Amino acid sequence: MNIATHRTIYFWITGLILAGAFGAILFFGLPLDIDFTGGSLIQVNYPAGAPALADIQKQISVVPLGAVSVRSSGVNTVSIRTQTLTPEEHTAILASISQNTQVTEISYTSVGPTLGGQFATKALWALVAVVLAIILFIAFAFRKVSRPVPSWCYGLTVVVILVHDLIIPAGFFAVFAHFTGVKVDSLFITALLALLGYSVNDTIIIFDRIREHLAINEKTNNKETFETTVGKSISETMTRSINTSLTVVLALLTLAILGAPATHMFALVMLVGVIAGTYSSILLAAPLLIPLASKFVKK
Amino acid sequence: MTRFRVFAIVALAVGFLLAYFVWATQANPTSSYRFKLGLDLAGGTELVYKADMSQTQPSEQGDALSALREVIDRRVNLFGVAEPLVQTDQASALSGTTEDRLIVDLPGVTDINAAIAALGQTPTLEFKLATTTTVGTTTQVGFITTGLTGRYLSSAALQFGSGATAGLSAPQVLINFNSDGAKLFEKITSENIGQTLAIFLDGQPISTPVIKEAIPGGQATISGNFTATQARDLVKNLNFGALPIPISLESSSAVGPTLGSAAINAGVMAGLIGFAIIALFMILWYRFPGFIAAIALAEYLTFMLAIIKIVPITLTASGIAGLIISLGMAVDANVLIFERTKEELREGKTPREAVHIGFHRAWTAIRDGHLTMIISGIILFWLGTSIVQGFALVFVLGTLFSFVSAVTLSRIFLLAIVPEDGGGAWKFLLGSGIKNI
Repeated sequence: MNIATHRTIYFWITGLILAGAFGAILFFGLPLDIDFTGGSLIQVNYPAGAPALADIQKQISVVPLGAVSVRSSGVNTVSIRTQTLTPEEHTAILASISQNTQVTEISYTSVGPTLGGQFATKALWALVAVVLAIILFIAFAFRKVSRPVPSWCYGLTVVVILVHDLIIPAGFFAVFAHFTGVKVDSLFITALLALLGYSVNDTIIIFDRIREHLAINEKTNNKETFETTVGKSISETMTRSINTSLTVVLALLTLAILGAPATHMFALVMLVGVIAGTYSSILLAAPLLIPLASKFVKK
Repeated sequence: MTRFRVFAIVALAVGFLLAYFVWATQANPTSSYRFKLGLDLAGGTELVYKADMSQTQPSEQGDALSALREVIDRRVNLFGVAEPLVQTDQASALSGTTEDRLIVDLPGVTDINAAIAALGQTPTLEFKLATTTTVGTTTQVGFITTGLTGRYLSSAALQFGSGATAGLSAPQVLINFNSDGAKLFEKITSENIGQTLAIFLDGQPISTPVIKEAIPGGQATISGNFTATQARDLVKNLNFGALPIPISLESSSAVGPTLGSAAINAGVMAGLIGFAIIALFMILWYRFPGFIAAIALAEYLTFMLAIIKIVPITLTASGIAGLIISLGMAVDANVLIFERTKEELREGKTPREAVHIGFHRAWTAIRDGHLTMIISGIILFWLGTSIVQGFALVFVLGTLFSFVSAVTLSRIFLLAIVPEDGGGAWKFLLGSGIKNI
């Protein structure tokens, strides 16, 4: 089945998945962790088995604080999220929960509200700068093939695919977070950054093939339609796209199954993102160039 | 071909040497080339302080910040931590107002409150001139900074002097400035005779003596209403250094050692098994080139680990993520080359010719893909926060070397073995998938 000719069906399918992911983000929201909002996170382990979460909550309530969230985060492990704590409040909470049973604190993080806000702004600026740089670089790398699509269109399409590839795992995360209570932390941001790299590379490989065909066609004066060129390029790079994704998926699966609990979430988000990145670069990236091309040819 | 065989043997030898280096330095617990693990993996405490620069002249902020770092460094060493790290960080202009931070990493320290308390004992010492401004009928007393702060302190001592109100032997703290501080002190006192030079300790004016004459020699006495114990503690704390600017704790985090070591063991295990599965897949699908790729990737990984040890790069969870993705890039470069080689074989080229052309034609895709990654990585490193930077640094290095290894290592190995005119067996070995080619 030629993907370039049947592109409308694939646009619809990918569009629906994208809409679903987008809807999930809007509907469930992406709950931000203290890295962004400021606050404190205490992770404790109960060697003798964790008591009911409500009981822990009740024990903590002797310390005068705002909203406190207590959640299970693994076997006998509990995460307690609060506003930013002073060292005294931190000690008081630990004392309150270790009255009747032995408790070991396995991690404690406290982020001031201003620092949290800055983390978000900084991450956003970095992302914007990266996207701009990608458009510019690809426009430069494809400068010799400005017919029938201007070279900056390749850059623009890469960014469209990029947005798609980041929204799908984010949507997955929104659903996952809604049911398990995990939150968007800096490791999630790292996963998105890694996906950004993967996605761009995946798309460039196909574009490179189109570029090569266009150059050969020009040399041999071969007048095939742009659609044929795109279709040919997609089917020629298909094995490579699937095989590369397969190896990365295998590596991520081992990380998800055998890796530390701290990186489970990371591996899952990456898995979803790599799969989304693979189908988007095959079904969406190059086919998107065709309507762009017809637009420019008419003018 | 002989040329490629020599290259291949050299490349293999270098690979074995690096592998031995990575293994030997890790097996030796005293080696200085062991992996440096971030606090999230090894366990420890990180404290981030905000430095209050509002009272400091812009031209002196850099000096004040490095003086601050030195004092805290001394204090941290006192705390008895192996390899502490104290660094200053200026928030970039992109995030709005500039903010100066002091980041203190204490590996192995899990009692966060004890660490905060120990650092919190560092006093802030400032000398300020009192000014009176009259607005209408009310007179306001303000203080202006003189630039003379705790950073010019060389030592402090306890002495008992006669105070008018506190009895015959009121405890006093005698402070000695270093030579720069002594000059500054003399200048301030000579220019402002008759004025009040207030001594601020931790932001509070504890003593407000009036300057009677210029004081050379760099000695000053603080006579607050101290008890003997207070004065003794102050002397002790001042001798470990006084802060030139006030700081406040902005964020803190502590990771227990169990969480860290579990993360490492699981990570290493997942890494090894993941690599074995990738190698197996490559060999089963791409046959001979897949086998070559597995060797090239093993050498790639060895090289990366050696680089991480030598630079050294502190490994964090996000850095390991960067390593995994760059390994993916390296695998991809190999897959690209093999697919191209296979296409050439289909068109009837001889095996060796197909390998040559395969590399040549995969080159533009590998180049542009890798360059985009490197550009993105550099921007992330430049603009990102420390977690993002940890990822970006390993990612950029990994991509850079993936670039080099794909077009050198795999190529050298393949061209060293694939013959000029192989028969059907070579066609099979260079093919892929379930069918023959």
